[in-house]
Amino acid sequence: MSGTTVTTGLGTGTSGSTTTTAGRMAALARAELTLLGRTKATLAAAVFVPLTLPFSLRSTVDQMDLKGTGLSVGSVVLPSAVGLSLLFAVYSTLVSVYAARREELVLKRLRTGELRDAEILAGAALPSVVIGLVQCLVLTVACAALLDVGAPQAPHFAVLGLLLGLAMWPPLAAVTANFSKSVEGAQVAAMPLMLLSLLGSGTFFPLEVMPDGLASACELLPLTPVITLIRGGWTGDLGAHDAFGALATAVAWIVVAVFAVRRWFRWEPRR
Amino acid sequence: MNTNEHDDVIEVTDLRRVYGGDFEAVRGVTFSVGRGELFALLGTNGAGKTSTVELLEGHAPPAGGRVRVLGRDPYAERAAVRPRIGVMLQEGGFPSELTVAETIRMWAGCTSGARPTAEALDLVGLARRSEVRVKQLSGGEKRRLDLALALLGRPEVLFLDEPTTGLDAEGRRSTWELVRELRDGGTTVLLTTHYLEEAEELADRLAILHEGHIAASGTPAEVTASQPSRISFELPDGYFLGDLPPLAELGVMDHETTGRVIKLRTGELQRTATALLLWAERARVELRGLDVRSASLEEAFLRIARGAAAHGVGARERETAA
Repeated sequence: MSGTTVTTGLGTGTSGSTTTTAGRMAALARAELTLLGRTKATLAAAVFVPLTLPFSLRSTVDQMDLKGTGLSVGSVVLPSAVGLSLLFAVYSTLVSVYAARREELVLKRLRTGELRDAEILAGAALPSVVIGLVQCLVLTVACAALLDVGAPQAPHFAVLGLLLGLAMWPPLAAVTANFSKSVEGAQVAAMPLMLLSLLGSGTFFPLEVMPDGLASACELLPLTPVITLIRGGWTGDLGAHDAFGALATAVAWIVVAVFAVRRWFRWEPRR
Repeated sequence: MNTNEHDDVIEVTDLRRVYGGDFEAVRGVTFSVGRGELFALLGTNGAGKTSTVELLEGHAPPAGGRVRVLGRDPYAERAAVRPRIGVMLQEGGFPSELTVAETIRMWAGCTSGARPTAEALDLVGLARRSEVRVKQLSGGEKRRLDLALALLGRPEVLFLDEPTTGLDAEGRRSTWELVRELRDGGTTVLLTTHYLEEAEELADRLAILHEGHIAASGTPAEVTASQPSRISFELPDGYFLGDLPPLAELGVMDHETTGRVIKLRTGELQRTATALLLWAERARVELRGLDVRSASLEEAFLRIARGAAAHGVGARERETAA
């Protein structure tokens, strides 16, 4: 701490640029992207699982009895791939990120600055959300090329489903992070909703092959409306009634998750 | 630039903070800090220093009382207050996998009017460590990184929560120098510390917190002056306590005897010491082990920490802090 350097303006006051929401979030997102690149295990899970798992699903789907459901192999695998991407690249990654930043007191430190609470959570989520988005686009192209799904019949449903999914999983991750005390615990905390979504939301097998009662219960899961909308986007046989139901379910989950975060999110480790 | 013309940059009135519904960490604290002043909050662990500072930083709303920083409510109006303050928490909160430079760059993107990264690193002497990951920094270096972030936006008000904990003697000296230069540059500084030397060295005024109350406050000299000075010596052979001049007339408040060693406490050090030395001269005896010590902040602090004299000194709180 040499005394000579401090002569360069120890005066006070905020001269120069004032920060903006976009600028602050960009600075945070950049740091988070750097961190993600340095956490190899998380990065591997986020990038490679969603890009490889869907294609291993194909052989399973090939054996399913899809007659009478109006579904093709491609229209089962493609929405599943998007679902896996949302679960692994966005949800699971962010549960770890939020828990890690909380335990390292980073969230507390960030709250002493100019960032607003929502900016902190959204800025930290940005890299994962972008990775999820890029993955979904890559998977869509890959499915179109390899599984012959053809062009979407109702692309607006597919886009809507994807956007709702990307908006829904970060706040769900923040809620989930509340149930862990450490970064390791974060993965355990993420398991229930991950498994439920994999089994019950049409990710591994379509709800159409389930018994009716179970299927309608599963329609209320957060990932189900996303998959329904995306699948409907491709098959084009999603009725207005079903589309509205899916939309309402997805929006309800977003509203509930955001409310829970505002109300209960833990910014500091439990002492 | 200063739209706020208040003399008091920080005003705290009857502040209260309650945790978990029943533990009252801050119990009616009142003080104010003028522009350009350096104010220190002293206290033992658990005295309520950090709890108080966090309320000033707008971390949480108070359970009772009023806080104003730069004339505004730091919690409700934090968007207006934050760009003008700098905060150093007691424990840093940096992602361990980022480098020093990356950490500063991130923080600069979130800070209005931020200094260039190199300047911030120079200020705290971390320029040569800029490419090192945070997890590889020593405890002292982490404190200095935290200080760099607090200084990044050239704040009008700086909150430093135990800024030199974990620093070696040299690091502490240079931090003191930097803080003094900032104060001279017009920055208002509120610092908490449990190093009495630090408060004595830096503070224009200070308050000693004890169990959530202000037990004493004022300039270091005022707080010290409220404490008795001490004289200790060995009774010469063949003399007894009763052979000394009447102690009360010398201004002695109380005394204790350990073997042949006498300890006197006095509010009038010069008068007591003079009378004692004149007596020794007349009696032609030597007062072996003579130790005359004026009151120190440490003594004031220890007495308050033990719970003694807290009430007597506490009465000064209103007049000196108001």
